[in-house]
Order: sequence, then C-alpha cells, then structure tokens
Amino acid sequence: MSTIVSLPDQSTARIPKRNYITNENGLMSWLLTGDHKRIAMLYLISITFFFFIGGAMAGLIRLELLTPQSDLLASDTYNKVFTMHGVIMVFLFLVPSVPATLGNFCIPIMIGARDLAFPKINLLSWYLYLAGGAMTLTAMITGGVDTGWTFTTPLSTHFSNTNVITTGLAVFIAGFSSIFTGLNFIVTIHRMRAPGMTWFKLPLFCWAHYAASVLMVLGTPVLAITLVLVVLERTIGIGVFDPTKGGDPILFQHLFWFYSHPAVYIMILPGFGVISEVISTFSRKRVFGYTAVAFSSIAIAVFGFFVWAHHMFIMGVSNYAVLVFSLLTMLVAVPSAIKIFNWAFTLYKGSITFETPMLYAFGFMGLFTIGGLTGVFLGSSGTDIHLTETYFIVAHFHFVMVGGMLMAFLSGVHFWWPKMTGRMYPEKISQLAAVVTFIGFNLTFFPQFLLGMLGMPRRYAAYPPEFQVLNVFSTAGASILGVGYMLPIIYLLWSLKYGEIAGNNPWQATGLEWQIQSPPLTENFTTIPIVTQDVYDYEWLERQKEHEVTHVG
Amino acid sequence: MSDSHAVATTADTGHVGAHAAHPPYLRHHFESMEQQNETTSFGMWLFLLTEIMFFGGLFTAYLIYRNWYYPAFVAASHTLNIVEGSLNTLVLITSSFTMAMGVWCAETKRKNGLILSLVATLILGLGFLGIKADEYHEKYVKDHIPGHAFPGHAFDAAGFVHPVAEDGKPAEKALAPDMAAHTEVYFSLYFAMTGMHALHMIIGIALLSGMLWKATRGGYMDGNIAFVENFGLYWHFVDIVWIFLFPLLYLISRYN
Repeated sequence: MSTIVSLPDQSTARIPKRNYITNENGLMSWLLTGDHKRIAMLYLISITFFFFIGGAMAGLIRLELLTPQSDLLASDTYNKVFTMHGVIMVFLFLVPSVPATLGNFCIPIMIGARDLAFPKINLLSWYLYLAGGAMTLTAMITGGVDTGWTFTTPLSTHFSNTNVITTGLAVFIAGFSSIFTGLNFIVTIHRMRAPGMTWFKLPLFCWAHYAASVLMVLGTPVLAITLVLVVLERTIGIGVFDPTKGGDPILFQHLFWFYSHPAVYIMILPGFGVISEVISTFSRKRVFGYTAVAFSSIAIAVFGFFVWAHHMFIMGVSNYAVLVFSLLTMLVAVPSAIKIFNWAFTLYKGSITFETPMLYAFGFMGLFTIGGLTGVFLGSSGTDIHLTETYFIVAHFHFVMVGGMLMAFLSGVHFWWPKMTGRMYPEKISQLAAVVTFIGFNLTFFPQFLLGMLGMPRRYAAYPPEFQVLNVFSTAGASILGVGYMLPIIYLLWSLKYGEIAGNNPWQATGLEWQIQSPPLTENFTTIPIVTQDVYDYEWLERQKEHEVTHVG
Repeated sequence: MSDSHAVATTADTGHVGAHAAHPPYLRHHFESMEQQNETTSFGMWLFLLTEIMFFGGLFTAYLIYRNWYYPAFVAASHTLNIVEGSLNTLVLITSSFTMAMGVWCAETKRKNGLILSLVATLILGLGFLGIKADEYHEKYVKDHIPGHAFPGHAFDAAGFVHPVAEDGKPAEKALAPDMAAHTEVYFSLYFAMTGMHALHMIIGIALLSGMLWKATRGGYMDGNIAFVENFGLYWHFVDIVWIFLFPLLYLISRYN
C-alpha cells in the first residue's frame, strides 16, 4: 500500500533540543504556563482521564443491559450511572475535546501567531475545567445524581434527593471554561493572524473552530443562568420553573435546549475541522469547495441557534411551533450535507493513502452520515413522537457524537501527534485500532436503532425479554469498542519514548504548523511568517521542499 | 505564488529594531501595542456579549411571565420603593460618569484626577448596594422574599388579595387569590435579576478597589491603561443592565 509518510533518516535524526516541552522544567512550569501548547497537553491529559471515567460508566450501563432484569445495578443506581455518564461525556469530554486540545495547540500556529490572544485566560479555563471536573467527581462519590444530564425540572428542582446542586454548579463552572476557550479563539482568529493570512487562506480547521466558538460564547451563558435558577429553586424555592407557583417547567426546557442544542454543534464543528485537514492531506488535494465548506460552518452555527425546540416535540409545545422548528431542523441538514459532499469530492481523483488519521476520517464520514440522516427521522414531528425517548435517539446521538466526534478526535490526535510529541506512533497497530473501533462502534449502536424502532425506552435498567438478543449484541460491541479505545492509550504512551522521530512534516501537509519543527518552539516561530501561498497548496509545498529549512532547536 | 519560500522569511525586517524600543508592558506574543490594545478591547466586548446572553435568559423569563401574569406584575411592582429605585438609578448613572472621568484622567495621565474619580465611583457603587440592601430588607419585612429562604418570613401573597391603604396612599386593586399567588414569580424574577446585577456590582467594586490601590501607587501613568478602559466598559455595562431593570421592575403601569 502506498504511503505519503516521509520520515527523516532515523540514524541521524533527533528531537530538537530546544522545544516547548524542554524549554522549562518542573511541575510548576507546567501548572503556571501560559503556553497554548502546554495548556493543550494539560487538557489532553485531563479530558482523557474523564473520558475513561465516563467510559467506565458506559461499561456499567451495557453490562446491566446484558440481561432483561435489573440485576447488576439497582434501578436508582442505574439512573445515577447513566446520568454521570452523560454529564461527564457531554460537559467534560465532548465539549472541550477537540477545541481545548487540538484547537488550543494548532490554531495559533496555523494562523502564524506566537500564542492565543489571552494566555492567562487560557490557563484559567483549564483550572475552571478541573474545578468543574472535581466537583462532578465529588457529586458522584458522595451519592451521585439521578436527573439525567438534562437536569429536567421539576424532577431536578423538587423530587430528586441526589446531588443536583453540586453537579449543577460543576457544569456552571465547566461552562465558563468553555466560554473562555471560545472567547480566546474568536479574538485570536480576528486579531492575531500573520501578515498575508487572510480569512480565505485560513485552514478550515480554524473556520470550524471560529463557528464553534461563536456558539460557546453565545450559548453557554444561557445554560449558566438556567442552572443558577435551578439551584435557587432547589435551595430557597423561588418559583421561576415551579408550576405550583405559576412558573413553567417548559421554560426550563426552552432555556436549557437553547444552549444544549447549539452545544451539539460545539461538539461536532471542531470535528468537521479536523476531518477537513485530514481528508485534504491524505488525498493530496485542496478541499473541494473551500469557501462553501467554510461558510457551511458559519451556517451551522447560525441555524444551530434556531432549532432547539425539536428536543421538545412531545413536551407540550404548540403544534405550530413544532411545524416551524421541524422545518428549521431540516435546514441544518443542508450545510452538514455540503460538508460531506465536498469531502467526497475532495477524495474524487485524489491520491488517497490510508494512514490511521484517514481511516478514522473515513469512519467519521460514514458514521456521521448515518447519524445525520437518522436525525432527519427525529426532526420530522410524526416519526419523532414514535422514536423520541427510545433507544433510537440514543443510537442517533451516539452515531453523531461517538461515531462522529470521537472518531474525529482520534483522527486529529493521531494526525497531530507527531507535531505535539515529535514522534510517530506505530502505524500498523493504530490502523488496527481504527478498524476495531469502527467494528465495535457499529456492533454497539446499530442494534440500538432497531431496539428503538421496536419501542424500547431509554433510561430504564430493565426491559422486556424479547429485546435481549439485540442488547447482547450491543454489549458485545461495547467490549470491542472498549478495546479499540484502550489500544491508542497504550501505543501512544509507548511512542513517547520508543516512537520513530517524526521530523517537521511527516505527512507532507501544507499547514503552517507543519513547516516548523516538531515539537515546536515555545514561541512557535522564530520570525513571524508572511503568508503568500494559498491554503492546501500542495504545489507550493513541493517547491518548498527544495529549500528545506531544518529545525532550529 | 511567486515567493516559494515565504514561510521562512522574516515578517518585517524593521521589527527587530522596533522590538528593542517597545514599552515594557507589551506582551511578548503581540507584534505591536496597537495589536495588543485592539485585542484586549475586542476580548472585553466579546465578554460583555456573553454577559448579555447571561442576563438574556432572565429577561426572556420576565417577558413571558409578565405577559401571562400582568395584573400580578403590576400589583407587585407597585409595592417596590420607587423613591429608592429612582435614587439608585441616579447614583449608578453618576458613577458611570465618574468612571468615564477616571478613564479620561488615565488617558491624560492625571494621577490625582484618576484617584478622585475612582474613589467617587467606589463610593457611589457602595451607595447603590446600601440602598439596594435597604430595599431587600423592606421585602423581608413585608414577607415578599420568594420561597422559604427565611423561616418565619416565607413568601406571603395575602397582602395582594386584601390590600390595605398605607401612608395616605389609596389601597391597590385587590387580586384574585390565584393571580395574587403569581406575585411570587414576579419577586423570584425581581430577586434573580437585581441579585445577579448586585453580584456584578460586588465583583466590580472588588476590581475597582484593586485598581484604586494600584493608582495610589502611581499605576496607569505610563500609558498602560488597558485595564482601566476595560473595567470602564464593564462598569458601564452593569449600569446599562440596571437602566433596563429599573423600568421593567419598578415602572409597570405606575400612572393609571
């Protein structure tokens, strides 16, 4: 199989002595750093930690559902486990996953800047994330919370006897970490671009993060005030969401989904950005319809704010509202389809190679398309009434979030790993991991579409025995998926010491981040570049190679 | 694509010379003071946008419930202390003026003027909170604090069902018991909105105190006034929130 990987001669190559990792030593130099690359690494470690906690919860859920009876976990424990799974995965993994790690690492370098606009706020955002995470774990250890990650009123305000307040405040704090990340990205992309780096020379990764940042900055504060009201209602009994006092629980739903639907795009848009970079690099072609893909990110961000009530079709909103929101929901499919089609056309007549990031990207395209199309089922009010609150919706958002976003995250981690660490991961075993993940994923979640169609409701520990076969498939798939996620942890850690030296540009990619040494210097560039080449310009790169600049450190 | 090795070339050959001359407060990752100032100010405006969305959730709730429970909102609004509310509006607008003077003094490097303006802003800010606290106490006495925060002073809407004349003012129109109960929603929003606003004032006063301390030690006289300017934006924003809160909460159907 052909490959584009070009590594320096391993007998003479070495990691540059001076880089962002070796620049300063000691724990405090990491904990008080302002360097976006170090903060990205701190985030990478923390979100991986929370991913595996959330994953362990998922494992418990699948094990419980192996049998129709509620036997491994009691029903109320089960409620706490799936709530914790949701809270951790949504707020502590998916929302910060790509932006806070890969975005943090790459955006300043991609636009030719020395750092993000506000390095201290960047560090503050990591500490807020940790505080939110610590509070979530506290809530979990001291008895858990059983409202589901949606904190639905009046369950969360009146009837639940669990740690709603701690968890709510944890999400509030983690939300501010997300606001600060988004704010930093927007300001950075506006004000820190290198000379010649016009908006339409920005890599699509930056466009996607810009769009996601707009959502973070405008959506998250609404969630924050909503959670404040829930906490006030629970502690001192104010009446904003309390129907006995004239408040309206539906208002809570509106405010909550006003954030939490855009949050879906906060999670997926940075993934789109990763896929654009990967597809282009491993097809050796400029992304087809660059401008359309760039604006489709913006369109998703804008439309994303006007579709929230499709989460509420069965919750008592008026039929006219259902009609309008159903139509608007269909509209979001258009920019999403623009992306998928343009990636497909980028592949067309490209020189495709199948390195690991590309395998994950292919997985993403297939799974996200299925996830997106089943979203159309749920956006149509008629089918939604049958399918919502069943396993169909569980399968749908796992196809988008796990099949889509997690695949994109792993694709990006593999893609930029040589840049972040200066070393290559072992190629064969990582390709194996990508395939295992894909198979495990489909086996886990495809049966859930069928279960949902048959009417198995979500969020119950027990189910009728006729659903068992499909549930066994799903649990078996989850075990394979677990292996697929453990493998990268092992070989990526291994590669830190034993991986081959990657050199500046192992993938022969065009982005500015690939033109500097790996791992980069703390200041990224010795001199700020003037950008004259177009984005994804592989001819320019060929000519560039003749004047190869070796590393500086 | 004429320049094939653009990435390796220096951005600005004059840059190295300019680097030696730059002011000490230019952070290393910015190319020029102009870029640094534009960036921080842009960041502040963006932060204020998130603040608008934060209060936006409360304003949305207000809009809906005011439409649903208009008579309750009118009656509850009339129990607010209009004199103290108006006085507070005046205090806050004045504090915005003194803060603007502070920014101007910092720009023109007038140390005493800056200190004086900041002290005035601080006093006015504290004054606002003092008056607000008195209003809150009045709600406590009247049992108008929603929920059950204070034992013995749980929310009581009986006064809206059987209004009594007080201090020479004629009695308000009586409300039906179910509508009267909805005054609790009004007071919930009243406390949530003014409480969030007061919280922003308290944070502002803390920042202001730090700034004042630095100003008395000769800070902000070297042209590095980004903090003063951005704090000014914040203070004006908090002021503007009150400009919306005052009519929405105090002035519902006052003159009919």
